Amino acid sequence: MSALIELRGVTKKYGAFTALDNLTFSLSGSPPSITAVAGESGSGKTTFARIVLGFIPPSSGQVFYLGKDIARLSAAERQQFRREVQPIFQDPFDVFNPFYRVDHVLTVPVRRFRLADSEAAGQRLIEDALSRVGLRPKDTLGRFPHELSGGQRQRIMVARAVLTRPKLIMADEPVSMVDASLRATILDELSALTRDLGISIVYITHDLTTAYQICENILILYQGCVAEAGSVDRVIRDPKHPYTRLLVSSIPMPDRTRIWGGEELKVPEASAGRLANGCRFAPRCPFVLEECWSDPPPKFQLDADRIATCFLHKKSPISPDADVAGAFAASPTIVNGPPTRAQQ
Amino acid sequence: MTGERATSSAGQKPVLVVEDLQVVYETPAGPAKAVDHVSFSLRPGERLGLIGESGSGKTTIATALMRLTRAPGRIVGGKILLDGADVMQMTPTQLRASRLKDIALMPQGAMSSLNPVMQLEGQIIDAIVAHSPKMSRAALDARVDALLAQVGLNPEVRRRYPHELSGGMKQRAVMAIATSMQPKVIVADEPTSALDVVVQRQVMQTLGRLQGGLGAAVVLIGHDMGLIAQFADIVGVMYAGKLVEIGPVSQVIDAPRHPYTRLLIDSLPRIDIKKPLTGIRGLPPHLIDLPPGCGFGPRCPYAFDRCSLETPSMQDVAPAQKAACHLYPRNKSLPPLSARAERAQA
Repeated sequence: MSALIELRGVTKKYGAFTALDNLTFSLSGSPPSITAVAGESGSGKTTFARIVLGFIPPSSGQVFYLGKDIARLSAAERQQFRREVQPIFQDPFDVFNPFYRVDHVLTVPVRRFRLADSEAAGQRLIEDALSRVGLRPKDTLGRFPHELSGGQRQRIMVARAVLTRPKLIMADEPVSMVDASLRATILDELSALTRDLGISIVYITHDLTTAYQICENILILYQGCVAEAGSVDRVIRDPKHPYTRLLVSSIPMPDRTRIWGGEELKVPEASAGRLANGCRFAPRCPFVLEECWSDPPPKFQLDADRIATCFLHKKSPISPDADVAGAFAASPTIVNGPPTRAQQ
Repeated sequence: MTGERATSSAGQKPVLVVEDLQVVYETPAGPAKAVDHVSFSLRPGERLGLIGESGSGKTTIATALMRLTRAPGRIVGGKILLDGADVMQMTPTQLRASRLKDIALMPQGAMSSLNPVMQLEGQIIDAIVAHSPKMSRAALDARVDALLAQVGLNPEVRRRYPHELSGGMKQRAVMAIATSMQPKVIVADEPTSALDVVVQRQVMQTLGRLQGGLGAAVVLIGHDMGLIAQFADIVGVMYAGKLVEIGPVSQVIDAPRHPYTRLLIDSLPRIDIKKPLTGIRGLPPHLIDLPPGCGFGPRCPYAFDRCSLETPSMQDVAPAQKAACHLYPRNKSLPPLSARAERAQA
């Protein structure tokens, strides 16, 4: 069976800037799962989302949806792809047109995808979707965006995504602009979509704690390359790539016994340029080796369910492409070839 | 470093005293009580974290401390004593002299608080010249270099425009301006909310070092209990314009007394154990025509009759810890949630 979504050797460049570097990644969709794509600003995670959604074409490489290249879909297939792969964006303020009632974002997909035979059936569909995300249709419909809180608006966007009964939801930082007390609730509702409706979710985030709580597997991106990937229990509980370690140790924990190291981290931000060859993390890496400057590290298979692209682990076997399917617990598979010189 | 940060401020006179501060926003529907009888005090070198949801009044406190409250907002009551001086009685000239020198604000969204058409050095020099108009150009230049170095920026960025800086660098530039006159109090309003975790950690560590060097008190405003726990000594929890709990950070996190604080801590996802995510049901009340009783009552799993009748006031619940909740003094600590209440919460 074809993977739900598959990226083969996808690279995205903006001029000389490589946002995503030769990423090969597939997500099976059965069983449905939640996969995290995590990294800092500039890691390529939003580029990844936009490519999967078909919003921007890759500079090279292909994206397949259920085995079909999304750049070559027929009109009917494109319609199906648009219906079955739904986005949720970061900003619950910008996505609404302030002049329309919030109903607008819900009635348009019902009409556009002909989800209901009658207006009444459409209305029922909308009310179902709203109830599923914990909103009372009576108190929500007919309101204008400014009359609702950020959390309520973001839940409407989740309801909108559910409406079309998608197979995949690409959620790009869906809760980063929502208050902490509501974050948990919205993430719980997202998990319920996977559990109850069988919708697979790619959760794009910079927040490793929420990724740990709701995802099975995680992909850590650094400057467009995969740093580490595998089950969240491996990658977040016991990170092996120095970058993942830095990320995990920088999470502010509400725990006075686990205070950030007393030493001030040095500031590498001034060196904005990206390394052409070698490991992208080398300039910031406290464990940097000589080969890190010249060669891109291959994927070392550290455990059955984890790979890390770091020469510190060169004693581990290099993961052959076919084997990497096993690097993600259960379903998704990932292959990230080393960046080729030709692409630099 | 574990446990409490050692501060040598014990016994020192408070540098900032806020008493019964009240700020309202006039709206067509009536005044909204954005800050409602808030009191706290800070000694030199102490770090207070103010935490709360959007709309709880955190930023309104920050602007009020600077007396930068603008219409339709209005400070309608209370006292702010800055190193003994009554901020509410200051003339515009006195205020201008006190800002940056006695109290400095790192505003929310440092990204957009720098002038986009002015090089960094000009913006820093503006701040210094406002206080030391006679300083020579050479002295100013040296001061700019020193300030940039202090916040971890290469002095060569002085000629850069804000758009040429990353988010973390801009935040550092704002920090350089805020500390340029060595203030006694630094008010940092969500200084890292738009930054990545690693950069956030670096910026907060730099702020901590600078503050320690100056012996300044810090009011850190945020919504992330994790960040507050990492940085602050004291945490104040805001809800619907009121300070509902205040106390030493580790004490409040280990044994929160106010139910809201408890739910806020419980709603934080953790990285050590997987557990079902729990939010706080319901929404904060509208600040206009607040119903009688406790503002958190309608969302509180512990609420009982008295909570809807009478507004609780702050009372001592533990050494150095206060909470505004009718559960006290009847209880010593927050009772465990009953199974029924847990279900209602879920």
